[in-house]
Amino acid sequence: MPKVKVDGVELEVPQGATVLQACELAGKEIPRFCYHERLSIAGNCRMCLVEVKPGPPKPQASCALPATEGQEIRTDSEMVKKAREGVMEFLLINHPLDCPICDQGGECDLQDQSVAYGRGASRYHEHKRAVTEKYMGPLIKTIMTRCIHCTRCVRFSEEIAGVDEIGALYRGENMQISTYLEKAAEHELSANVIDLCPVGALTSRPYAFEARPWELKKTLAIDVSDALGSNIRLDSRGREVLRILPRVNDDVNEEWLSDRGRYMVDGLTRRRLDKPWLRRDGKLVAATWAEAFDAVAKINPGSSVAVIAGDLVDCETMFAAKKLAGALGSTLLEGRQTGLAYDASNLAAVNFNSTLAGIEDADAVLIVGSMIRDEAPLLNTRLRKAVKKGAKVFIVGPEWDPTYAATFLGDDLSILGNLPQALVDAFEGASKPAVILGGAALGKGALGAGLAFAERFKLVRDGWNGFNVVHMAASRMGGLMLGYAQDGGIADLVAAKPKMVISLGADEVDFTKFAGSMIVHIGHHGDKAAHAADVILPAAAFSEKDGTYVNTEGRVQYSEKAVFAPGEAREDWTILRALADALGVTVGFDSFDQLRAAMVAEVPALGTEGLADYGALPAAPSDAKAEGVIAGYPIKDRYLTNAIGRASPTLQRCSAELVHGETFAEAAE
Amino acid sequence: MADRHPEPDSPELRARWGNFAWTEANAAKAKEIITRYPEGRQRSAVMPLLDLAQRQVGAETRTQGWLPLPVMEYVAAQLDMPIIRVLEVATFYTMYNIQPVGRFHVQVCGTTPCMLRGSDDIMAACKAKGMKKGHTTPDGLFTLTEVECMGNCASAPMVQINDDNYEDLTAERVTHILDELAAGRQPKTGTQEPGRHTVEPAGALSNLTAMVSENHDYRGEW
Repeated sequence: MPKVKVDGVELEVPQGATVLQACELAGKEIPRFCYHERLSIAGNCRMCLVEVKPGPPKPQASCALPATEGQEIRTDSEMVKKAREGVMEFLLINHPLDCPICDQGGECDLQDQSVAYGRGASRYHEHKRAVTEKYMGPLIKTIMTRCIHCTRCVRFSEEIAGVDEIGALYRGENMQISTYLEKAAEHELSANVIDLCPVGALTSRPYAFEARPWELKKTLAIDVSDALGSNIRLDSRGREVLRILPRVNDDVNEEWLSDRGRYMVDGLTRRRLDKPWLRRDGKLVAATWAEAFDAVAKINPGSSVAVIAGDLVDCETMFAAKKLAGALGSTLLEGRQTGLAYDASNLAAVNFNSTLAGIEDADAVLIVGSMIRDEAPLLNTRLRKAVKKGAKVFIVGPEWDPTYAATFLGDDLSILGNLPQALVDAFEGASKPAVILGGAALGKGALGAGLAFAERFKLVRDGWNGFNVVHMAASRMGGLMLGYAQDGGIADLVAAKPKMVISLGADEVDFTKFAGSMIVHIGHHGDKAAHAADVILPAAAFSEKDGTYVNTEGRVQYSEKAVFAPGEAREDWTILRALADALGVTVGFDSFDQLRAAMVAEVPALGTEGLADYGALPAAPSDAKAEGVIAGYPIKDRYLTNAIGRASPTLQRCSAELVHGETFAEAAE
Repeated sequence: MADRHPEPDSPELRARWGNFAWTEANAAKAKEIITRYPEGRQRSAVMPLLDLAQRQVGAETRTQGWLPLPVMEYVAAQLDMPIIRVLEVATFYTMYNIQPVGRFHVQVCGTTPCMLRGSDDIMAACKAKGMKKGHTTPDGLFTLTEVECMGNCASAPMVQINDDNYEDLTAERVTHILDELAAGRQPKTGTQEPGRHTVEPAGALSNLTAMVSENHDYRGEW
């Protein structure tokens, strides 16, 4: 642990820390553009210059200089001040002064740092360099003249996303950032380079010229586009959420967000259900709330009620619906809309036990039936890190490009009963082995075989649990905790032939199987379930209500309400509370606080933020056997996986252009 | 430099170069080059392979050679590296021609020592032959480029034509060299000064005279 002196204050820094990190530990602000703590060190912007003794009598780039014993670092000397001013002046030589029309304005590192560390005036009178536009796809807008060549975007693509698409072409003053032949950046995390870009060279195309950062109200929320529960910030103005940005949470999403989660925001204002609808003579007609509740009361289902939870709903909604069904005398609750029927009696067996951060330490990983890049994009970046540390990865299922070295073992699940020697060797020699089961594996009934695999290789050992299931729905773990699981899955609901089916935004259900039931849809988008519904009660999307979500690793997180639901739409729990009155039962709560308190009383784990404890892994069933061929993965189109995404023009375009290969003419600029 | 960019991707380019493959001799050479680098570091071979590819293209087209995009893709595929990384290398180093060039790539040095020794005249002589900076003559013989220092300052001014240097030039000498090349003959390479062999002092030794026969410490005399 070297001891260094920063501006006269002595402190001890961790072994391997850089001078920049030492300065930060000492509470000094070091300006920087190219340095980013999650990327490799480039050292090419020169903004982080400090004075270091012993060393050459000139300022040194602190980001690339290791802190060593006895260093005397000065960040406040005249030399450092002049060096920063000089670097800033050079950076601004070719940077256009177009801040008033730049979308980065107000949240621009260059803008902020030139105010703080620049000279205040330019001595440059020559022509500035200009760079032609580069096309980078439907999400990233480029104004490459603004680029200061920090290469953060290049390093992100290569190191985090694992897709080498962005590069720095030419040299010196002529250096340009581009994709090969200006193809669209098409991986699932591409838009993170927008956050990384310290200037306005890469900005968000759909968000272009929408708002200034200081006009926006920031609300802390949880992403519902997959089951990872990425921490996000909703930036809203008035009644509209204008953009979604990731928040830093090292345990979940680090500071990245999938494109799907980031750009489904414009789906929040489109195809919304903003008033109640009733089916009359086979056609949906607009109605008032009173008429809608009358219609529900008329169904008079008695105890013949089933509730199907959709992928995006929060725990409170599910709990309120559970209470309602319970008050009516029914326990027919299900959240696995597509017919999965794995055993959910022990939640440890359907949980991502290694935790997202923990899986980075795994040294042997078997993935069964999961196309992780589509199903949990940010889990793939964790696995990538594990592979970089030396983990061996084996995959059972149809081939996909994992961006790291992996061995595909074919798509026949029976290989779990007849493991190849290479895998056995890797797992027997591993200190932190892990298995990851995906939806395709659960669909083929491979859960038991996965547990047997875990037993055989002792995946659960001291300080390590290597048994993992990765879900795709934000509501899944919460739903399972609240009992939204029947032994036979949704087939049990079909078999029960309920008089009334309450759909909580259940857009993935095949409602033709419920032909004899009245379908009451409480949802926010005019999507698949709305087409089948007999009564539509307009509800709130995730951005319009407070809620609790549990991610695939069992992490309980709270999301806050950013804006009000449009039109006559109401928060889901109020609708369910009113339904109770319409059906003449009591559910025992009159306010959101009461509802949450009742929920926590019933499932205490939902009351504390953080990982829920599901206890020990169950023993594998003795007849555990996996068979069958995984024909494909559940997600066919990674952009259009939920009702909000399907309503989003941005994601529709991504789907058309990046998944289905359509070409779009660029408007002449 | 400012308008250096790869030859645009077009169906014609794909048709002409899409099925580029090493000749038998070059395939063996490429293999040998790759084995020079340690296991797992084969990507380091990208520079020699691009050079080899450029020379093969040159042999096929009877020019100095250049790198069409499909050829870069071929090299990328052989080294199992992303094409953007190959393009980065090819666009960074100016000795990779990323656009078609003529049979003789005339690179006139215009850096200070050559300029002081008359590189402007050399440039003018080249232009008098119908060349234009950054362009190939209509007969496909010459491509003219102005380059920075080539390390021949002691025998400035100089031009580099394909793999050969021609030094101690005057307008007449460079005109002669270009005429000879156009006529299909190989002029004398290196210095064009009669009686001079390499970069030994032209005429008598003018400085460091005490160093001729033995080592001499000049430091006390500064």
